[in-house]
Amino acid sequence: MNKRVQHYLDLIVVLTQKEIKVRYKNSVFGYLWSIGHPLAFAFVFFIAFKVVMKVQMEDYTLFLIAGLFPWQWFSNSVNAAPTVFWGNASLIKKVNFSRHILPVATVLQDTIHFILSIPVIVFFMFIYNKPISLSWLYGIPLLLAIQFLLTYGVSLMVSSINLFFRDLERLTVILTTLLFYFTPIIYPETMVPERYKFLVIDINPLSALMVSWRNLFLNGTLEPASLIVSFVYSVLAFVLGYTVYRKLSWKFAEVI
Amino acid sequence: MSECIIVFNDVSKSYPIYHHITGGIKNFLFHLPKALSSVKNSRFVALKDVSFKVNQGETLGIIGENGAGKSTMLGLIAGVLKPSKGEVIVKGRISPLLELGAGFHPELTGRENIMLNGVLLGLTRSDVLKKIDEIIDFSELDEFIDQPIRTYSSGMLARLGFSVASSLNPEILLIDEILAVGDKLFQKKSKEALLKLINGGVTTVFVSHDLESVKEICHRAIWLDHGKVRAEGEPGKVVEQYKIML
Repeated sequence: MNKRVQHYLDLIVVLTQKEIKVRYKNSVFGYLWSIGHPLAFAFVFFIAFKVVMKVQMEDYTLFLIAGLFPWQWFSNSVNAAPTVFWGNASLIKKVNFSRHILPVATVLQDTIHFILSIPVIVFFMFIYNKPISLSWLYGIPLLLAIQFLLTYGVSLMVSSINLFFRDLERLTVILTTLLFYFTPIIYPETMVPERYKFLVIDINPLSALMVSWRNLFLNGTLEPASLIVSFVYSVLAFVLGYTVYRKLSWKFAEVI
Repeated sequence: MSECIIVFNDVSKSYPIYHHITGGIKNFLFHLPKALSSVKNSRFVALKDVSFKVNQGETLGIIGENGAGKSTMLGLIAGVLKPSKGEVIVKGRISPLLELGAGFHPELTGRENIMLNGVLLGLTRSDVLKKIDEIIDFSELDEFIDQPIRTYSSGMLARLGFSVASSLNPEILLIDEILAVGDKLFQKKSKEALLKLINGGVTTVFVSHDLESVKEICHRAIWLDHGKVRAEGEPGKVVEQYKIML
């Protein structure tokens, strides 16, 4: 039994190491790429909304960065999900191992990159003369766990279904882009018109989580209500993802 | 000696034909009733009512034409496929000899790939570390072991693959057409290593078109023809029967 748990953990470690190594082989700038992307995004939105449209918001750059980094984690993992099983076809056809570890490794890899990008947020806090709160000590691990569960659930579902419906790969890109603009990341949740609040805030599984991240980074606050909502959504995503995987996984080797 | 390690009881395996789905969601939804009925009705039968047993320590050869169901049979034994009918019982840790480079990542070095493959095949990291020198020695890759395997020749890849799979102390070894790779010297060496494993009591299922190897290595052979067992028994005889058909 102990041996089985050990093997399980080793599988996660080895596969995650592989993801990270593969990502950085032949890459000169390596880690910089994973922060370059959200920073470039932040720059674009800053130009569009602050410089051109002159939206009245204090510390908009910081506001953008605090939301874009966690979003980037979710979106990178989910957009990579379609190829997780597909890209390991030869393995899935021959070896009977716990396939649901494959998406664990890809999501974990993006999690590590997100954690490594937190110093960048700290750097911008420093520039804007904002204090760093002690609540980060428990807030960050808590939100990390919630977002990991959510991202893993969605990734597991997308990667499983994509073996049967290849179109999902294209669809995922469009849906994550839509979801991005329907989530209060580049605008505050308070600016959402009343009649759209239901759509943007209540039924969007990412909203409560993204708002929690931002509030934690900028103000050091963690609202129990948002925390509970995002936790419930992440558990739902995990259960849904795992159910889909369970229903489909025995057919993987047939369709791949 | 006579404990059954692999048992097939009236096993059939058929695949749905997935063309309607590979056409994408759009086609599937636009022709929903038709698509659903074709999911139910069009099936390709790869194995039909196959029964056999493999005893502990025995080496079973499987021969037959392309598309006869050999790979499906290996998939069922490996547990990556489920039978549509009947039951498959397999006792023990399986080590499949992967086709060229399967499960290897081209950007990782030989050493990193050994670790990856070993853990995927069921060992813990410390198990692999204990064996890694032995594996590298056997593979004769020397200083290439720390190079990314995309730089390897196909012979080198085959050596790496064989070295990993054969040194994992498997209880069941599945071999799908692997001995024909690498240069003559390594072929000889890998055949010797294989015979050593077989003599050491590992249960082996050996799929090959190389009829001479089947005669030489196997204790028993099965001839598969269009998903059915056409002949079973002493390798020499089964191979002769098969040759007459050709």
